[in-house]
Order: sequence, then structure tokens, then C-alpha cells
Amino acid sequence: MGRIYLDYAATTPTHPDVLKAMLPYFNEDFGNPSTICSYGQEAKGEIGNARTQIANLIGSRDEEIIFTSGGTEADNFAIKGIAFANESKGNHIITSSIEHPAVLETCRFLQKNGFNISFIPVDKQGLVDPDGVRKAITKNTILISIMHANNEIGTIEPIAEISKVAKKAGVYFHTDAIQTAGHIPIDVNELGVDLLSISAHKLYGPKGIGALYIKKGTSLATFMHGGEQEQGRRAGTENVPGIVGFGKAAELIQQEIDDESKRLIYLRDLLLTGILERINHSRLNGHPTMRLPNNANISIDFAEGESMILNLDLEGICAATGSACSSRNLEPSHVLLATGLSQEQAHGSLRFSLGKWTTEDEIKRVLDVLPRIVARLRAMSPLLKNQSKI
Amino acid sequence: MSSNVASLYSEKVMDHFRNPRNVGEIANPDGIGHVGNPTCGDIMELYIKVNDDIITNAKFKTFGCGAAIATSSMVTELVKGKSIKEALEISNQAVAEALGGLPPIKMHCSILAEEALKSAIDDYSAKKKMLEEQR
Ligand code: FES
Repeated sequence: MGRIYLDYAATTPTHPDVLKAMLPYFNEDFGNPSTICSYGQEAKGEIGNARTQIANLIGSRDEEIIFTSGGTEADNFAIKGIAFANESKGNHIITSSIEHPAVLETCRFLQKNGFNISFIPVDKQGLVDPDGVRKAITKNTILISIMHANNEIGTIEPIAEISKVAKKAGVYFHTDAIQTAGHIPIDVNELGVDLLSISAHKLYGPKGIGALYIKKGTSLATFMHGGEQEQGRRAGTENVPGIVGFGKAAELIQQEIDDESKRLIYLRDLLLTGILERINHSRLNGHPTMRLPNNANISIDFAEGESMILNLDLEGICAATGSACSSRNLEPSHVLLATGLSQEQAHGSLRFSLGKWTTEDEIKRVLDVLPRIVARLRAMSPLLKNQSKI
Repeated sequence: MSSNVASLYSEKVMDHFRNPRNVGEIANPDGIGHVGNPTCGDIMELYIKVNDDIITNAKFKTFGCGAAIATSSMVTELVKGKSIKEALEISNQAVAEALGGLPPIKMHCSILAEEALKSAIDDYSAKKKMLEEQR
């Protein structure tokens, strides 16, 4: 058996059809969309098509989609854009403690520059309480930013309910939908959000391209200053191949979203129940049902995450961990700690994220290999004085 | 979240990670070292058997990353047959070097191995002193 990739939440391979759609835009139809010759006009047309494809994926109007260099830029754009354009109204922003660093660090940057940020907690399953958001709102609140689904533990947040709270208070609402776009159905109007970030490389598109949905009428500061591209909101010559690829990827993933999520939920649950049955002292992280179809996150006591990942890698299986040992700052995952896990429990966390090319055989192979790896590491662990108990 | 860390380590580290030497405990050890890593929260235990001031056997148990397992394994190898004085001179750099180097971010794991050894020797010396005083 070849290598098994179970880290689709980190990034996905570009779909072959997406790559094919992109290729002409590197050296044949390479025109600059801002120029008036036919080269440029063709490229401009293609950008328009892609914009429609993205708009269709999330139920927005075409002109509400602004292309960015990726999800991180979309998050930065949304948060700083609201903050700088609405400073005169207030300086308070509400977000959750389990956001992606693209949101957390942007908020911390603003915190250093005179803004007040409330990082509201989540429950044990990673859910944000809409009422908790309501209580955090002050007369100075200008933005609420809560992710659609968490990238580590897969919990899907009650965005529609939170947006009602935001609307009632007259506060802008942003959601980072980078893990959900293309994986669960999204309709910006049903969600009731003003801003929504998405990224191409999480849905079988290329890296380096993303988009921000900006609801018509939202007062947002320009992110990149320069030319008139993207309605003057985000200057810079468009990444035409990336945009075309993003559009194609959005179209393809939308066609199979229902069947694919059913298939992935089946495989995810096979993996989850299999691990929990085979390995004692293991538990699910995140919400049992309100979770991404492709996310399986578990904690395994008395076995350290990096060591498990290394052993899995030696068996050709690629997954991820929230262990302190494998993070650059040697801190355990802030998400796992926010759900109330102890340092030790976060240490033994594993995230398997499934995708388009994941098969049942691959899941079975993980279920075969992982218990052996855990047993081996546990035998080495001083945390287990009496191994017969395990 | 992070993944695919195998390429981070040297072949030697991966060898000791895959086939760690001297895993386990020693019955009636002459010294036990028990240390925790303040940086990431990992734990290492080192057992030594001493005869005539020479370390005749060493075993370990570690809860930690690949580097932690490899450095504990290596330190037990390095220490066997050494006198207490020689063993005290084994530095974390020496352990890392014997493993063909460690990524900078993983040097703190080798410090853990050095400390586990020192703590085991301290334990041994304290016990020895106690016995001598009782005599
Ligand atoms: S023991 Fe935690 S990083 Fe090495």
C-alpha cells in the first residue's frame, strides 16, 4: 500500500481537472486583466466566471467576492478592515479562544494598537455559546469574529444563532469558513454573516488564493493599496491562474458536496469508533455530531503525539498532533486547552482529516497500525507504572 | 497542529527512536533519576546499577517526543561502563552529537537526558552516603 494522507485539513492536493483549467493562464492566456487588449480582456472574463463559481458555492452575489492571497489574508482583511473603518464607532472586538492564528494574532495586533478584544471561552466540546457572545457585547463593540468550524477539533459553531445576536446589537459579524467551504453547504444569507473567509487549497484548489465575502454595504477599509483591482478594495495584479483554479475547484466540489460528506462521515465514524474501541484511555475531542464530516480528533493518554506521528509516518501514514513537542513554540494546542483538556491530554492528541481520495482500506490500515504504536509507546512511558492496567 | 516531522531528524536519531536501547526499569537500582521537561512538559526516568563506582547497567522510560526518546536511549548507551566521574562529564551536547545532531528546537530534550542522568547519579550518591553514615 502506498502512502496514506490523512491531513486534508492542513492542505489538499490540487484536483487534476483544476490544474488542467489553470495551465493555459500561465503562458497562453497570460494577459493582465487591467489592460484593454484582447489578452487582458480574456483574462478579465475568466476572473468574472471564477467569481460566479465562488459566489455560487456560498450563495452570495458575484460582486460580494473579493479575491485575496489566501485564507489568512481574508481574515486579516476582514478584521483590520472593520477595525480601521469603524474606529470612530468603537474599539471592541469579540472573538473566541479557539480561532485560527490568522484571526487570533490579528486581534492581538489590534490589541496592541488600542483595541479591546474579548476572547470568549468555549465549552468542553468546543462550542461557542451565543448567549456568551451576547453578554460580551458592549456599546463599543464593532465586530464579532467566530469561526464556522474549528480546524483542529472539527466542531461546527452555531453561526446562524450568533449572527442573530450580532444583528440585534448592530455589530458586524465575520466568520472564518476556511474549513467548511465546499465541505458542508454554506449560504451566507442563511448564516447571516457580513464577512466570510475562504481558501482554495482546502478544497482541492491551488495554494496562494482565497477570497473574502463582503456583504454589500459593509464598511471596510481597503486592505492593499495600489491599483483599482477588486473594486479598489484589494490592489495588485490578479493571480489569474489561481483565481481560475479556485473557481473550478469550487464548481467541482459543489457538485458532489452531499454524497462526499455522507461518504466521509461514514469513514470518519469508522475511524473514530475503531480507535475508541481498540485503544483504551482514548477519547474524542470536539463535538460528537456538530463536527466536520472529515475530522477525527482524539486524545490518547500515556502516549505523546509527536512520537505517534513519527511512528505513523514510518508506516506511511500522515496525520497531525496538537502536542507541545511538535509545535514551534512548544506550547500545546490552544484549542485543546480551551476545551478543558489538561496539558497531558493535549500531549496525546491526534488529528486525522479525511478527503476525496481517502478509502476504507486506508482507514482499516490506520486501525490496524495505531494500536500497536500506542502499545509500544506506552510500554516506554514512565507515566504507566503498572502496565497490566492498560 | 503539525505533521510530517520525520524529515526533521537525523538517521541516527530515527534509528534510536525506532529501536530504542535499554528501555525499561532495573529491579533494585542503585540510582533513579526522575525529571520533567519544563519547556514542553515531558517526563524521563533513568535507572542505573553501579558496581565499584562503575555504571554497569542503565535503563530508561520516557514520555516525550522523538528526540526525547532518542536522547534517553543514547545516554543509557554512553553511560554504560563509565565511572561515576566520567558519567558526570557527559553533557547534553555530547548526547546530541552522538546522535548526529538535533534540530535547534529539540536541544532542550537532550538537556532532559543529561539531567535525568545527573539526577540518577545524585540519587546514587545520596544513598551511598546514607549507607556510609549508617556504618
Ligand atoms: S520532549 Fe517534548 S519536545 Fe522533546
